[in-house]
Amino acid sequence: MLHIDVGTGKTKIQTFDEAFAKAYIGGTGFGIKTLLDNQPAGVDPFDPQNPLIYALGAVNGTMVPCAASKFGVFAKSPASRLLGEAYSTGQWGAELRQAGYDIVIIKGKAEKPKYLWIDDESVQLMDASHLWGKSTWDTEEIIRKDLGDQYIRVSTIGQGGENLSALACLINDHFRAAGRTGLGAVMGSKNMKAVAVRGTHDVSVAEHEKLREFCRDLYERCKGPATSKYRTLGTPANVLSLNKQGALPTRNFREAMFEGADKISGEYLNEHYVVKIEACSACPMRCEHIASVPEGPFKGATARIEYEPTMAFGSSCGVDRLDAIIKAVELCNVYGVDAISTGMVVAFAMDCYESGLINAEDTGGLDLRFGNAEAMVEMVPKIALRKDIGAVLADGVKLASEKIGKGSEALACHIKGVELTGYDIRGLKTAALGYAVSRRGADHQRHGSYGPDLGGQVDRFKADKSRGRLVADAEDIYAIFDSMILCKFSRGIWKGYDDIANLYALVTGIPCTGAEMQLAGERINQLGRIYNIREGLTRADDTVPPRIMNDPIPRGVSKGARVTKEDMDILLDGYYEARGWTQQGVPKAEKLKDLGLSEYGAVVASKRA
Amino acid sequence: MVRHEFVTVDPDKCVGCRICEYTCSLEKEKTFNPTKSRIRVVRIYPTINASMTCRLCEDAPCVVACPRKALEQSKENGVILVNADKCNGCGWCIEACDFGAITLDPAKKVVAMCDLCNGEPKCVEWCPEEALELTTKDILSQKARFEAVKKLMEATQGQPKAEAKS
Repeated sequence: MLHIDVGTGKTKIQTFDEAFAKAYIGGTGFGIKTLLDNQPAGVDPFDPQNPLIYALGAVNGTMVPCAASKFGVFAKSPASRLLGEAYSTGQWGAELRQAGYDIVIIKGKAEKPKYLWIDDESVQLMDASHLWGKSTWDTEEIIRKDLGDQYIRVSTIGQGGENLSALACLINDHFRAAGRTGLGAVMGSKNMKAVAVRGTHDVSVAEHEKLREFCRDLYERCKGPATSKYRTLGTPANVLSLNKQGALPTRNFREAMFEGADKISGEYLNEHYVVKIEACSACPMRCEHIASVPEGPFKGATARIEYEPTMAFGSSCGVDRLDAIIKAVELCNVYGVDAISTGMVVAFAMDCYESGLINAEDTGGLDLRFGNAEAMVEMVPKIALRKDIGAVLADGVKLASEKIGKGSEALACHIKGVELTGYDIRGLKTAALGYAVSRRGADHQRHGSYGPDLGGQVDRFKADKSRGRLVADAEDIYAIFDSMILCKFSRGIWKGYDDIANLYALVTGIPCTGAEMQLAGERINQLGRIYNIREGLTRADDTVPPRIMNDPIPRGVSKGARVTKEDMDILLDGYYEARGWTQQGVPKAEKLKDLGLSEYGAVVASKRA
Repeated sequence: MVRHEFVTVDPDKCVGCRICEYTCSLEKEKTFNPTKSRIRVVRIYPTINASMTCRLCEDAPCVVACPRKALEQSKENGVILVNADKCNGCGWCIEACDFGAITLDPAKKVVAMCDLCNGEPKCVEWCPEEALELTTKDILSQKARFEAVKKLMEATQGQPKAEAKS
């Protein structure tokens, strides 16, 4: 564990013991635990005392499939003012493990722009004045040139992070982002531009022969039906399937089906734009669909295209042109802003424009109607550079709607200050609960609980208390994916907790059972809740946006669906019960005791009633 | 006649996953460490990926360049053998290699290159994309010849009725 204060330049190496490792596993477990223990309660996200934490999992730097390079980034989020957490992959995480670190905790604020250069044991703050104002891609290139090594890996902010946008992300390896909850702005607030890493150490495991044989099996599984979606069309396959189910966010949730879905589908993308498939470190699944625009006004634009940004800049903005979507995502990568949230913010601005709440004067002359692809693309730099209405939108839809006023709050689709993602949860009641209680705000990635809704295991239009257990169980296994850290695209290859516990033991040499792993998953989720309660979260924050609650889906198979206040209460009661929480959503003392978290009892005790 | 087999990559198939690096270092060093792998992946943004390793050149320039006679080319199969006692990591061989295929162990400061794992390279076995192949220059030229004729015929006569077998 490396601590660095970028104000003083002082570093400290701290080791952790087996008990810590096993209780929190890695990744999100380590991230939440170290954030809770290293950040003074209630500080502003841009306070130098808010640490920016990089955390690796147990299997980084090994040949375990889809896991060599996963890493998590944690801090108090400028978007939610609660737990900020985001994940990335590519190559950077493997490099940090080779350099010999599991956790890097960055505190303080540099006087002048700096970047952190971790070269095995050598840790230096380097001048970044020539990098300030530069794009993420230029920054990566310049650092590699300056330091004279093409294999150096760089996690960097763009202009979005420098300008303290709540949408700002951290980009590494050109196409990969720790995207959500505005963590790029936390780095920017420290006058820090990037973390560059080179590692040359061995990454040895407890049982390398057994691990190799286990990996042989895992690689076979990675080539099987559980991952075929990611290997063929990729996540954009969701466009048509969600459209059919009336769950494709369209025109800022005015609708849930998009008439232009065929033209932004995974099928269309692969036929016309995908030029290459690439892989992260040690991934036999290789899901990265690199798309390039061959002609027209956005010729040459290149980006890795996934479903979520396609939804955000496509159906959510009413845009049926993939060339514009690819360009918008490229600009998000270059300027260092989250492609999901940025797309959803543009959709919100279009909704405000069409509703007469903002006008062409605000937009710098752009005719910001739904479907205007050119205007949409132009909005990305405006947001990252805080130009015109972009100055307001850069803070996310929650703060933007508060500044715009005039009832625009009704159009602001966010949970806990984080923009909604690509499932219309009005007709997905289990997912609606998952979104409402997710510790990082609107989010499908902490629970994946659209699964039972879309898979037909439950009546997706009906709320009942049993969904609480479903969501809690899903969150627990997802917390283990996020702690090991295993790519969720590989989730179908894992045969439950025992399988993952076996992997953990082969790599670390620490004996571990499936039951212990499951308990760790619950412990990590409870700890996330404790952090959020400490920072001010209450039951009132576990909710869905006004549009989801008040405006029924207007047509299609999900016609009439919405999540009422009554629905929400039923869902929350069921979930709080399953979690062992009070009516106010606070963990009870006995629950904390069972999980070995009693030391945090005092943090939440006063919030229970 | 000695058949100099070596590992070659098809960049169209290579996805840059680096599994070859992991499996090489595990086989040779019993640990995971790409910097000790005898095969290294090059990625050039946005879409170029290729694994590079020793091509077992005839009259290998690395052997010629070594001032300490630490390198020797096997008469049997053409692999470059390193005498670790003689090698002092000076790097002349690395400069002489046109393919950047020589690895310098960052800890021991001794060079290493592909030894074909006794004729069954682990990288080829594990490559999930079948982008790596143990082959010879003769087979490579044969393939190129067949591909060229196929393309030429397609261009002049339209689609061939059956896929040419190469």
